[in-house]
Amino acid sequence: MRGRLTFAAGCALVGLVLAVALVSLVWLPYDPADTTGGRLAPPGGAHLLGTDKLGRDLLTQLMAGARTALIAGIGSVLVGGLLGVTGGLLAGFATRWLDDALSAALDIVIAFPTLLLAMLVAAAREASLGSVVLAIGLGMSAIVARLTRVLVKRVLAQDYITAARTSGTSWPRIVAEHVLPNIWPMLLVNLALQLGLAVLAEAALSYLGLGPPPPNASWGRLLQEAQATVLTAPTGAIAPGVLLVVLVVGTNLVADGLRDLADPTRRRSR
Amino acid sequence: MSALAVTGLSIRHADGRELVHDLSLALAPGERLGLIGESGSGKSLTALAVMGLLPAGMAAHGSVLLGGTQVIGTPDRRLNRVRGRAAAVVFQEPLTAMDPLMRVGRQLAGPIRRRRGLRGARLRAAVLSALAEVRLPDRAAVAYPHELSGGQRQRAAIAMALACEPELLIADEPTTALDVTVQAEILALLDGLVTGRGMALLFISHDLAVIAEVADRVVVLKDGSMVESGRTRDIVREPRHAYTRSLVDSAWALEGELDRLAP
Ligand SMILES: Nc1ncnc2c1ncn2[C@@H]1O[C@H](COP(=O)(O)OP(=O)(O)OP(=O)(O)O)[C@@H](O)[C@H]1O
Ligand SMILES: [Mg+2]
Repeated sequence: MRGRLTFAAGCALVGLVLAVALVSLVWLPYDPADTTGGRLAPPGGAHLLGTDKLGRDLLTQLMAGARTALIAGIGSVLVGGLLGVTGGLLAGFATRWLDDALSAALDIVIAFPTLLLAMLVAAAREASLGSVVLAIGLGMSAIVARLTRVLVKRVLAQDYITAARTSGTSWPRIVAEHVLPNIWPMLLVNLALQLGLAVLAEAALSYLGLGPPPPNASWGRLLQEAQATVLTAPTGAIAPGVLLVVLVVGTNLVADGLRDLADPTRRRSR
Repeated sequence: MSALAVTGLSIRHADGRELVHDLSLALAPGERLGLIGESGSGKSLTALAVMGLLPAGMAAHGSVLLGGTQVIGTPDRRLNRVRGRAAAVVFQEPLTAMDPLMRVGRQLAGPIRRRRGLRGARLRAAVLSALAEVRLPDRAAVAYPHELSGGQRQRAAIAMALACEPELLIADEPTTALDVTVQAEILALLDGLVTGRGMALLFISHDLAVIAEVADRVVVLKDGSMVESGRTRDIVREPRHAYTRSLVDSAWALEGELDRLAP
């Protein structure tokens, strides 16, 4: 019951941001590049949430920023999940030395700060939303791979795997019927958490000027731009902050709810 | 052809320890052999070696002929065709021996589908009759393992092993994790099923009283080596090795204690 409630609450929050992002695809109050609103206009009137110091409509920036946040989050999870789960499965089933080599490689990538990775990727390619997704996704993939590897190893050590093997079940079938079903709930929970972390990472990169460059709108850059005028025009800092919290708390609630829903032993003994 | 012929089996750990030393035993079709020894004597490892499923870092030497196939040195893929048919295993701890996320009926359906090629409604019917054979109700099919009692779980595990229709059933302390009253039920059930199907039985236990109930012959294992073997009746009456004598004495002592408590 608790799991279902948490899950629903999380979906509502994430759904809210998703709805905003979808609407932004077909309708925005102003053109995101339109700077004719006047510098730091207060909320109300023609600009519902006011304008920023460049004279852009804040609501427009926030809506377009929702799109960037979600693309960064979902894109990173796709990249990190695909690479990470594949690598983790390989390491989990690998022979001793291959496993050791993969683990060492993972430790190195994990020790790399996402910021540094982002700078390197941006330098190697060009600064773009794609580079940000790639950088965050690469950093994430190592963490996901390590988790997947541990989960696989743990499942493979279980008696029910030995039991399945004594009855002559083939490896592909054991992977499909026992290993994957027993690791995906934990993986899914982790990927939901990683989605929130990726959104935060994009905001942090943008705040530092390493994010997707304009014309991409970004909540992180809005925060940075509003920093100097936070006392005179607080909406500019509060609004993107609130949206970030809504999205990240939402993904964490989804993760929490999934944890309870995916596990039958928890489901029954709530 | 014997159901199982083990000759000079040694199991060595990568760190150099020899965990089983020069063990030989044989089981004719339909025969019942008890393997007894204290905890850590190598009983479970022997069972795993028979199936060709020793844990990583362990190697078996010697010869294990399972249903006529040499297990030692044979590639895993080829052994998969032998496992289940030639022998199936019932483990000590039924909760961990079943996939916690899969309903009992589905776990049972796997081996039945593979062994008999049944699908759909006929597969479902076969699952229910397999459950009925171990006296489990139909609704056990839709239960998850943790929703069954310990005794019910072990029944389900027995059904899973039997679903492979093996020539040899290896029972590795199948009653140790259970209540005394449930133990007797499970033993009686196993006894009946093994007789009914004419399977050979390798029954592993550290309890001589239990072995004496189900096995015609017994092999006594101590620290990985066989110290005595022979007909269960003879060994219970006049054990030759000191270790076996201590097993027999403790079994009699327990018996006497019970007699004294409940005359
Ligand atoms: N995976 C393993 N790695 C290292 N040593 C092991 C492993 N499994 C078993 N052993 C060792 O092998 C020896 C025999 O173990 P085994 O499990 O066969 O004993 P057992 O006779 O079945 O005991 P029990 O009655 O407690 O089940 C023990 O000394 C144990 O420590
Ligand atoms: Mg054992």
